[in-house]
Amino acid sequence: MQLILESLFNGVAIGSVLLVAALGLAIVFGLMGVINLAHGELMMLGAYSTYITQLIFKQVSFLKPFYDSYVIVAIGVAFLVSGTVGILLERTVIRRLYGSPLETLLATWGVSLILQQFVRSVPLAYGSGMVIALFFGLFSPLFISDDILHGAKGKLIRASTWGFSALLGVATGGVLSSLVSKLSRASARNVDVTAPSWMRGGVDFVGVTFPKTRLLIILITLISVLVVIFFLDKTAWGLRIRAVTQNRPMSDCLGISTETVDIITFGIGSGLAGVAGVAVSLLGSVGPNVGGNYIVGCFMVVVLGGVGNLLGTILASFSIGIMTDLIGAGRLLTIWPEMPSPLFSTIDFFATTSMARVMIFALIVIFLQFRPTGMFPQKGRMVES
Amino acid sequence: MTTPLLELKKISVSFEGFLALRDLDLVLNQGDLRAVIGPNGAGKTTFLDVITGKVVPTKGDVIFKEESLIGQKEFRIARKGVGRKFQSPRIFENLSVQENLALAVSRPKTPFSLLIDNLTVKHLDQIQHLMSIVNLQLKANISAGALSHGQKQWLEIAMLVGQDPDLLLVDEPVAGLTDEETDLTADLLKSLAGDHTVLVIDHDMEFIRRLDCPVSVLHQGHVLKEGSMSEIQKDPLVIEVYLGQSEEEE
Amino acid sequence: MSIFSTKKSWINLTIWVLIIALIIAAPSVLPVFRLNLLGRYLSLAIVALGVDLIWGFTGMLSLGQGIFFALGGYCAAMFLQLNSAGEFPNGIPEFFGLYGVEKLPFFWEPFKSSIFTLISIWLLPAIVACILGYLVFRNRIKGVYFSILTQAALLVFFNFFNGQQKLINGTNGLKTDVTQLFGQMVGSEIMQRWFFWVSAVLVILAWFFARWIVRDRFGNILIGIRDDEARVRFTGYNPVIFKTIIFSIAGGLAGISGALYTVQSGIVSPQFMTVPFSIEMVIWVAVGGRGTLLGAILGAVFINYAKSLVSEALPASWMFIQGGLFILVVTALPEGVLGWIRKDGLRKLLFLIGLNKKLETFPSLEVNEQGEVKS
Repeated sequence: MQLILESLFNGVAIGSVLLVAALGLAIVFGLMGVINLAHGELMMLGAYSTYITQLIFKQVSFLKPFYDSYVIVAIGVAFLVSGTVGILLERTVIRRLYGSPLETLLATWGVSLILQQFVRSVPLAYGSGMVIALFFGLFSPLFISDDILHGAKGKLIRASTWGFSALLGVATGGVLSSLVSKLSRASARNVDVTAPSWMRGGVDFVGVTFPKTRLLIILITLISVLVVIFFLDKTAWGLRIRAVTQNRPMSDCLGISTETVDIITFGIGSGLAGVAGVAVSLLGSVGPNVGGNYIVGCFMVVVLGGVGNLLGTILASFSIGIMTDLIGAGRLLTIWPEMPSPLFSTIDFFATTSMARVMIFALIVIFLQFRPTGMFPQKGRMVES
Repeated sequence: MTTPLLELKKISVSFEGFLALRDLDLVLNQGDLRAVIGPNGAGKTTFLDVITGKVVPTKGDVIFKEESLIGQKEFRIARKGVGRKFQSPRIFENLSVQENLALAVSRPKTPFSLLIDNLTVKHLDQIQHLMSIVNLQLKANISAGALSHGQKQWLEIAMLVGQDPDLLLVDEPVAGLTDEETDLTADLLKSLAGDHTVLVIDHDMEFIRRLDCPVSVLHQGHVLKEGSMSEIQKDPLVIEVYLGQSEEEE
Repeated sequence: MSIFSTKKSWINLTIWVLIIALIIAAPSVLPVFRLNLLGRYLSLAIVALGVDLIWGFTGMLSLGQGIFFALGGYCAAMFLQLNSAGEFPNGIPEFFGLYGVEKLPFFWEPFKSSIFTLISIWLLPAIVACILGYLVFRNRIKGVYFSILTQAALLVFFNFFNGQQKLINGTNGLKTDVTQLFGQMVGSEIMQRWFFWVSAVLVILAWFFARWIVRDRFGNILIGIRDDEARVRFTGYNPVIFKTIIFSIAGGLAGISGALYTVQSGIVSPQFMTVPFSIEMVIWVAVGGRGTLLGAILGAVFINYAKSLVSEALPASWMFIQGGLFILVVTALPEGVLGWIRKDGLRKLLFLIGLNKKLETFPSLEVNEQGEVKS
């Protein structure tokens, strides 16, 4: 019983990392038909944001008393950082490639290479400065009334907001690098995020210890999923997003700004990647390649779950998570020691994390033989054409 | 009485509870020309999907040349002699007109034969002949994507004929064509009947009238009425569900 | 005969003359180090041809060609290891000793035969591609789903090879440069010169082979599958078979390429199956010009040469350049360089320097009697 509980918990923990990572990818793919290969790198940005937030809380004297709560701040920061970069990506690259998913895939791969090299060659302080400049440059026009923006001096005003944002970015970069010396030099080395004291250790429950970091990740995932569901189902923008997904030209005719919908959808998808980055940074060290380790798992979730259905994404994540634990950690063998010997030796052969991936991929391919469109396929007569 | 070429027996199709077709019966004899009309959502396209194997019916049977087509793969059904023209023209846009037709007339349709065999003189003649029927000789080497909408429609019909099917299923061949092109298409289809069996789906009444053939009216997934165009137009039921509407619109 | 075809063959001929001249001149001009690099890039051109067949023609973007590339490499390396294992204890390759393996794993046995090896270098990857492809295509999995699945498959193979020390030396890979072939060290200068020639000849043969495949209606069906797969089906062809065949052919070409690359770089390791390498193959083809075959060869050779030059000078900048190249080529130059030249680029260039010929508005007015097919 304890064994099964422990195994279930581990599976759910692995699954929730997968889920929070795959959530943004699934939303963007399901709603916009875009596969974002840079999703892993957006996660990486989220992880670095956590690292930077932590350092700032540690170094800046007036923030020090609040050090323990930096993780919560980091979630917001990561969401904004990844979301901003994602929106930039949508505006500059993906926008040109709607309707050709394979080209989008290649272009986003290019973006992922650039982002990886970016964190290697640019000091994190100035990197943060650039993101801040980008953030204000992209969003400050929203707070200026339309009349002024489209008026005679609209161009001038927009240019000046960008100029102002750039100055702000440079200033932030300078301040950060002088405050936190660790951020002032470029480095390709991995960094570590230390969990605050209240997150160390575990919670005991019927004789099983549950690590608190994992519990926190499950909580983050749960909240993300609920917020996404609420946003898509209950808010006006959620309705617009769903409308554009169903029928883009018709939505245009009804006066929905499909451009804005694209930006919001992609921004949220990317922001969720940032949140996933926070979760990932709590599990291991953070480096330029950290996203790449998760991205294929996320794709498997999307393939297994089917497109455009959050329930499928959720179920797929947890089944992959539980399978990984059962096979990879060899737990199936502990739970069921008297299984027939040929099966035992086969499963024993796959009882490492990397070999478990091999096994799970094989199982997914077998599953796809029966359900080619995943657990919850999109239905209706338009699907084929 | 000879055995029919195609027989649909009590076909029902349901999409998640919605009955697209219910208990549809239809018989086509060798050489028939038949028009099927019906308002939007009457199940016209689904009905072609069933015959060509794209949709598997929930109930019922499709008999073609005394053989059931249910559960057969689409390309096998095509090889047995069922050709289909889609609603919007579907051709290979990056191939030339000639190459499109060459793929349609090639036989056998196996990878090995395509790789090893050259087109025979007979095939080349056939391609020339097809192009002359649909008036595309001058565009033989132009890529099909550059053709006008009407020419694409015709190229697709020519490809269909090139497959030499016993049964031609033609879905809205005159959508987006000019009046003149519509008349030419009607004449073309009429000339094909006899050698082939042709089933046309459309809701352009002028076009159907010009085809001058028996008409089946589809309504809510089953055949409401069969008969000649003049009979159909007098039928009160049909007027109510279909013609009435369209005349109001005009 | 349409004007396009004559122009195309004229361009092709020029490029081929240049390529062959370069290949013949290279061994006497280049130092061995550079010659070896060129040989490697020529072998990479073979895998690029396969990518062009499946992506450029058939429209299936595989991100897992590294699997087949590595399998070919492993086949060659296993043979070479066994061929020179005589002096080691138990007569098996040295690395087994590190893991306490005393008996050769069963699947190594057949690689004692040179004929088996020569066949398996292309046949084994082709069979793996055939099985994988059939299982995927059968269910009409296509587009990005196919890409994702091939990428996942790649990762799976990577994990498998990386984790099995006792079977194939895991992450360390198999070295070939210190093995013996025909009584010579594989890594020696004279052997490397030979491998350069073999690569050059095989690239040209592979090009002829690919050309032959797409020359006529088979190639047209592939393009048809890219344009409208449902139409292919309703015309009476089974797209699954065509896709499986072309995917297997691409796999076989990747295997040959991998074997040649292995003997020239001196090692095969799971690094051949990393995700970035397989996506890079696509960018070679994209830059060269998809669906042009020749473009795949040029792309593979030039981009890799540029990569080695840039990485030597400014190591950090290559990632930026490569990333930018991905974005640029799909947004600004989707036809690739060769496709651009063939389509309109030359005319535009001529126009720019004021040498433009009068534009023929209706190039295909002349009806030809023969079933002239796109060449």
